[in-house]
Amino acid sequence: MSVVSEPLHTGNVHGALRRRPFSRWNETVIKALLAACATISLVTTFAIIFVLGEESVAFFREVSLPDFFLKTRWRPLAGNPSFGIWELVAGTVNVVIWSLVIAVPIGLASAIYLSEYAQKRTRNILKPLLEALAGVPTVVYAYFALNFVTLDILRPALGNDVPIFNALAASVMLAVMILPTIASISEDAMSSVPRDLREAAYGLGATKLEVAIRVVLPAALSGVIASILLAVARVVGETMIVAIAAGSTPNLTLWPLSTIQTMTGFMLQVGLGDAARGTVDYQSLFAVGSVLFVITLLFNIAATWFVGRFREVYV
Amino acid sequence: MEEEGPMVQLKSPRLNEVDLQETKPEEPAVLANPAVVTPNAITDPPEEAVFSISELSLWYGHKQALGDVTFKIPVNRVTALIGPSGCGKSTLIRCLNRMNDLIPGVRTIGVVSYHGQDVYAPDIDPVEVRRRIGMVFQKPNPFPKTIYENVAFGAKVNGYKGNMNELVEQSLRQAALWTEVKDELKKSGLALSGGQQQRLCIARALAVQPDVILMDEPCSALDPIATLKIEDLIRELVKDYTIVIVTHNMQQAARVSDYTAFMLSDDRGVGRLIEYSPATDVFTNPKDKRTEDYITGRFG
Amino acid sequence: MATAPVVLRASGRVAVRQAVSRASAYLFLGASLVGVFVLFLLAYETISTGAGRLSWDFISNYPSRFAERAGLRSSAIGSIWVLGLTVVMSLPIAIGTAIWIEEFAPQNKFLTIVKLNLANLAGVPSIIYGVLGLAVFSRFFGFGSTIMAGGFTVSLMILPMTVIASQEAIRQVPSSIRDGALALGASQWQTVWYHVLPGAAPGIITGIILAVSRAAGETAALIMIGAFTFIAFDNTSPNEDFTTIPIQIYNWTIRPQEAFRQNAAAAIIVLMVAVLSLNLLAAVIRERFRRS
Repeated sequence: MSVVSEPLHTGNVHGALRRRPFSRWNETVIKALLAACATISLVTTFAIIFVLGEESVAFFREVSLPDFFLKTRWRPLAGNPSFGIWELVAGTVNVVIWSLVIAVPIGLASAIYLSEYAQKRTRNILKPLLEALAGVPTVVYAYFALNFVTLDILRPALGNDVPIFNALAASVMLAVMILPTIASISEDAMSSVPRDLREAAYGLGATKLEVAIRVVLPAALSGVIASILLAVARVVGETMIVAIAAGSTPNLTLWPLSTIQTMTGFMLQVGLGDAARGTVDYQSLFAVGSVLFVITLLFNIAATWFVGRFREVYV
Repeated sequence: MEEEGPMVQLKSPRLNEVDLQETKPEEPAVLANPAVVTPNAITDPPEEAVFSISELSLWYGHKQALGDVTFKIPVNRVTALIGPSGCGKSTLIRCLNRMNDLIPGVRTIGVVSYHGQDVYAPDIDPVEVRRRIGMVFQKPNPFPKTIYENVAFGAKVNGYKGNMNELVEQSLRQAALWTEVKDELKKSGLALSGGQQQRLCIARALAVQPDVILMDEPCSALDPIATLKIEDLIRELVKDYTIVIVTHNMQQAARVSDYTAFMLSDDRGVGRLIEYSPATDVFTNPKDKRTEDYITGRFG
Repeated sequence: MATAPVVLRASGRVAVRQAVSRASAYLFLGASLVGVFVLFLLAYETISTGAGRLSWDFISNYPSRFAERAGLRSSAIGSIWVLGLTVVMSLPIAIGTAIWIEEFAPQNKFLTIVKLNLANLAGVPSIIYGVLGLAVFSRFFGFGSTIMAGGFTVSLMILPMTVIASQEAIRQVPSSIRDGALALGASQWQTVWYHVLPGAAPGIITGIILAVSRAAGETAALIMIGAFTFIAFDNTSPNEDFTTIPIQIYNWTIRPQEAFRQNAAAAIIVLMVAVLSLNLLAAVIRERFRRS
């Protein structure tokens, strides 16, 4: 009994070898299904852009563009409502700045330790531990920011003037959240810097610290910048920590001990409320969402560009 | 001297998609007057031809790898392709069962006629072609499954409805592996030694009942004893099958083949067929000086 | 004339630089332990505040205005429903997309766009997925605040990371296996089904588990589709309203009473145990199959 479906007789070779149009129809169907799966991701992006765009356009029929982009007060529910985006943006920038101030030095120092100082065994324990931080749900960090940081540390230390909702508490926990991002990616970048660069410096009598700071860090700079950009994107997009700990009062300030509201915090507030379709309140959700989407997109693209630059040089 | 050249890392990211396994040279053997063909260096075997290759050329993207190869492969004989690293012998053998189709950016022109039918004709199904023309690779690549499943796989996907146990036993016997594994068919194929793994790969190719078996340097990853076993197997199998073998080991080619094809890269890296004759002629009385130089070890 | 003896011990400025370098090692080590330290602090705080609250009653009670009577029952059931639906919906699509990209897609502009798009989607904030879910699933398709809406929304959110993890797993399967199967006359799909998928399975499963772990902790997206509601019944169908454990945690955290803080801490313990178990499972699977 032959294994092959049509035994080969010298006269019938073409018939045996030719494509039979329906013999592998299920293969064609499967390929089509798989391609359809891939299109779903494209459809998702279109949907996001469409949804944000449609309601934003409706929003901007009610609120003029200059009002949105040039005014500074965000008071959507006041008697005389004001829709200046800058207060919300300031809130976001506030937490971004302070979380970076905390996370960048610590993250880079961790990266330097892991890539330049640590033994392989230590690294194999520390790196996963660090990455475990990234798996903690943000609502848990939010709880910690409000209860532990504000109530148990900031108020006892700085007095009860510290508002119960303040940007600093949120920034501290945001810093913890982005620590793995900065540390891990920077460490990858530093480890990829070729040994010869280090050895050249050692050969000239540099200490380990000098090699790390003056040779490796500059060489890994693109990767480090990429990690920071990614971290910024994550902080900008983060909702729960800021919504719970930083407050829901728009405030045009960068002072960390003030109550503020970020773009994401406002969006959550609308989601918790009862805004009806067609109202400016409902539409403002999408307008702010569009700004948020564009900002995170830009930072992610910039980060990818920097990663590309790093790979070009060293990998 | 017998070592294959190291694999090359291509700089262009596009061409990195090309999966070049053993074929690209770092320094192709360069000769003066490379494209010159000595008259009568390529002979037609008197036996019936299984493959009739004419004017076959192949490009990987913009880089030409084979140039105008023309010769006939006879039935029930062992045909060996020899030549220095990177001369295109692996590329050529992979043309015969359209394995090169799997590499993005590959273009072939010319005719590979199998029993009178061009396998590259537009209405020909490469999957059907590969059912008839089996292949054994340089590094044994058994599936991470049991020995039984390894041998049965090809038959299963081809819809074999007969007695699988018989087919598996018959294929393993033909591959001279049955006595060694008959009590351990459920063992993983990866648990076998290198030589046994390669014979397992031969058995699984035989189970599909092809009429041609292509072997791309089947012994280069094996020790000398395993190598001899495979060579004996080849001389047995050739009674029922047509075998084409690529080898960089000249002694092996001399021992095992009936017909030998000698290939060389010209000064632009394009692989060309220099000489093709019965093995005894190629090794004792080569017609082309370059063949003689290679055989006597002046380069390669 | 005697030559000065060679001195190899550092002195002067070099000694200072060396000392600074050695001291800085401790500084850097300290920095890398900060995160771990915070994690321990967090664990300590939640356990000391909430462990006492953990009891069978806590898990089996519905939420309530009275902190002592409030429990995780409906949010736990809601979480399980949403996660189950998410896995069922996103798993096939993610694997299908990854297979298409790695095995079948022709190398053209469309493929580049798909890959780029996935990378960008992975960086979109979860609240935007929530807004998408609100507009498309809740309002347009009329799923309202039900488990269906939640499942669809979270599925889309974890799709990019699951695809990328599956791609990685598929790429790890050596091409020699594919060559071997194709040379026997197997079609592309047969090769994928019988050899590539089984080989990639551990990596794919690990990716799914990690994505589920991420989805388990998701709050903002589900709040946006309306899951911040008072649910005092057990979900028995995906067409019902629901809430989840993270949303319940949020609910209790924003209430000022100390008793609710304890509830929140206890719920956090439950959530963290779940998340850590999933991550551990993924790590174990990864390790076990790395060896074989």
